[in-house]
Amino acid sequence: MEMDRLIAELTADARPVKRLRRPSIRAFEWLIVVGAIALAAIVVFADLHLFVERASDPRLAVELIATLVTGICGVIAAFQLSMPDRPRAWMWLPLPPFALWLATSGYQCYRDWIVHGPAGLQVGESAHCFQFIVLTSIPFGVVLLLALRRALPLDPNRVAMMGGLGVAALAAFVLQFFHPFDVTVMDLTLHIVAVVLVIGGAALGERILDHRAARA
Amino acid sequence: MSASDDNESVTQSARWSRLMADAQNGDRTAYESLLREIVPFVRSIVARQHRTPDRIDDVVQDVLLTVHRVRHTYDPARPFDAWLAAISRRRSIDAIRRRVRRNAQETSDDQAYETFADPAANRDMEVRDAADLLGSALAGLTERQREALELVKLKEMSLAEASKASGQSIGALKVNVHRAIKALRAKLTGE
Repeated sequence: MEMDRLIAELTADARPVKRLRRPSIRAFEWLIVVGAIALAAIVVFADLHLFVERASDPRLAVELIATLVTGICGVIAAFQLSMPDRPRAWMWLPLPPFALWLATSGYQCYRDWIVHGPAGLQVGESAHCFQFIVLTSIPFGVVLLLALRRALPLDPNRVAMMGGLGVAALAAFVLQFFHPFDVTVMDLTLHIVAVVLVIGGAALGERILDHRAARA
Repeated sequence: MSASDDNESVTQSARWSRLMADAQNGDRTAYESLLREIVPFVRSIVARQHRTPDRIDDVVQDVLLTVHRVRHTYDPARPFDAWLAAISRRRSIDAIRRRVRRNAQETSDDQAYETFADPAANRDMEVRDAADLLGSALAGLTERQREALELVKLKEMSLAEASKASGQSIGALKVNVHRAIKALRAKLTGE
């Protein structure tokens, strides 16, 4: 019978395997390492004085916290969802802070629109931010996907989407330290485009990795 | 579910959990027992979404392969049946998606089943088709036309010989052969 043959083959191939540690621990470790690198970059390159001045605006402070929490929650959700038996509900974890992040930067845009009108629609500094989010996300995203891949996730797209959201939000948070002006409509649009691009790229990357693993 | 069933499934899951922990350490005997024991459990989950026995077998095998590939993700501190059920459901859904995608891309061509890999075999089929068509065209002719055609064109008799064999006059033979050919041509070319 075919089933017997399959079981015999699998049994013959049953080498000892190294158990993956809990996803929460692995997510925490990843965040610590990336946080340390980002902190080093901020201390060396960012204008902290200007940042402290801007962060004293309570609305901006809320936006910053929401961005950071979105990033952390996205990464945690991605690690949880990469395991076969963790509940799917983990995918809702980053959504409340993500909504808050969009709402606060959206409000800022609205104010900006009142002040500047259509002039705020120009791609000026936004292009630079766009570049920053995408370029920062790529190395972090690749490292994250490699870590997530160790679980050989059964639903790689969902995992990659969460990971992409987490990485893009973390990049947007770090950007705030190098971002000496308020958010315009174009800023927000390009931030969102950058985030979507990173999420899409992550999904694609995960698929490529998945196919390679399937062939191996 | 009664309390005794609950206890049974808890002890079963605990036993599978121990077997898997041993298998993760490379114990092949434990692994083989585990794979054998989980087949009915996996099958019961897969059968909720798939009907034909062949398809259920395919998906169950896919689940076993997946269990093998991701066996390092099982944490013996957690219930084994939940881990296995999640993989089984996931693979069941993947199989449905694959089928839907395949059905959306492919159309069914009944003729395609009659085509053989060997071109010579296909030619035989075409000859048979052509013979059928010719047969039905011939059936549309009158008795006298068919007789005239057979004697003059197929048996290649002279008009005098054909006239003698059929009792039709030479003039009638000429007319009937002409009309028969015209009728066949109309029928076979669809004019």
